[in-house]
Amino acid sequence: METSELTKKRISDYLREGKRFDNRKLLEFRDLKIELGISKNAEGSARVKLGKTDVMVGVKMDVMEPYKDSQNEGVLSSIAELLPMSSDRFESGPPGFESIEVGRLIDRSIRESGFVDFKKLCIKEGEKVWSVMIDFYSINDNGNLVDAAVIGAVAALIDAKMPKYNEEKGKVEFGEWTNKKLPLSKSIPITMTFYKINGKIILDPIKEEEDASEAKLTLCIIEENGKKYITAAQKGNEAGLSIEDTGKIFEIAEKEYDILVEKFQKAMKEAEKE
Amino acid sequence: MSYTKRFDGRKNDETRKIKIELDIIPNADGSALFAFGDTIAMAAVYGPKQLHPQHMQNPKKGLLRVKYDMMSFSVTERKRPGPNRRGTEISKVTEWALSEVVELDAFPNTVVDVHIMIPQANASTRVAGINAACLALARAGVPMKEMCSAVSIGKLDKTLVVDVIKEEEDYEEGEGATDIALAFSSRSKKILLLQLDGQISADELKEAIQLGSKTCDKINEQLKDAIKALGKEE
Repeated sequence: METSELTKKRISDYLREGKRFDNRKLLEFRDLKIELGISKNAEGSARVKLGKTDVMVGVKMDVMEPYKDSQNEGVLSSIAELLPMSSDRFESGPPGFESIEVGRLIDRSIRESGFVDFKKLCIKEGEKVWSVMIDFYSINDNGNLVDAAVIGAVAALIDAKMPKYNEEKGKVEFGEWTNKKLPLSKSIPITMTFYKINGKIILDPIKEEEDASEAKLTLCIIEENGKKYITAAQKGNEAGLSIEDTGKIFEIAEKEYDILVEKFQKAMKEAEKE
Repeated sequence: MSYTKRFDGRKNDETRKIKIELDIIPNADGSALFAFGDTIAMAAVYGPKQLHPQHMQNPKKGLLRVKYDMMSFSVTERKRPGPNRRGTEISKVTEWALSEVVELDAFPNTVVDVHIMIPQANASTRVAGINAACLALARAGVPMKEMCSAVSIGKLDKTLVVDVIKEEEDYEEGEGATDIALAFSSRSKKILLLQLDGQISADELKEAIQLGSKTCDKINEQLKDAIKALGKEE
């Protein structure tokens, strides 16, 4: 359902006093829950809940010819489906812009962060490389799908086991797995989308807050040797952001990164226990 | 060798462990998860709601629309995301099955959308989907004449079994595998879904339908119990 103008105005008025409907601080994320191995037939899979936002991500792998411009590297693809099941705003049919954007942002966050070592996913240069396919499905959309999607993608990649590869046939034995994990870096990429509403910057909006926002900025952050880097960025929606605001967001993102990595690690520990 | 011992040790008339969860999708008007063992189906219902474009509206009765799909990673060989011919057909036969039990006259000019997704599959996904959809419709408060439930019946060589798994679908010995998807209405015991792949005599098929009907009665009890249990909590 569309958010009424009245609700948007109340959100905006509340925020002027630094308050949110659910009493969270401006940059505070909702409770994060991760479930791993949601499909036995996936190489890796995860379900992520951020409050009432609920998403599923799976990793499947296959062997293919490398791309011409990267003969010794594995291949990444990611597709997002915003299911009509998850919100009355999403329609059946060909993917709309929003689902394409979610897929692109997952792709960029994973690819540019260097989280997966694609050089190690080369079987024979110029001939055979692994392809890693990350597929995303929204189950219940209550805002901030992108951040939840990247958390899910990272969790599913960590969960993944390499499938068995039959060298003679040059084919993957689907449904059979090795104990080998994917070549992943220790540094966890975290994607955060900042929303600007009435002069305030917030993180992890619920749907109504998303609707009330004027502009958004998505950043993917990683840490390497104690230093943080921005590895992907995208400014969204029509309203512009001031240079000052943007600079401020970069600084906040570096600080929030530590908090979110800790939150992620804690949720992963809980997930691995089950 | 005839098929006397099932791959997973179940009795021939025994389904896998059934798991039911209700109200799993807060945005939906009704939603449910239904699992036969490793086969999991999720369903969400939106509506009755305004139907657009207007020329599709029917002043005599409402419209029921079903969309079934599998997640790409629900199967060992990745399925391309998005609907395909198989999904389109399953959506339609599910729509036919549910339309018989939903009181379409009660919501003229409007539409009820039913979305079914399979996150993890080990055969029998369409029948798991129908059970999930039936629960979701009930939770959405969509007027229904009666409930329905669904199950798959397999004939492996000469043996009839209920709730087929992938290994059984692929059984090749003797007469091989025949796979039958069935759904029945709970009170009037009508056949709402019948699909068959394989080779079977008319007498055997009659027997398979009897077995399906009996099993669906049991499943229906579980569906009703789940809804009642939730009613007590509320």
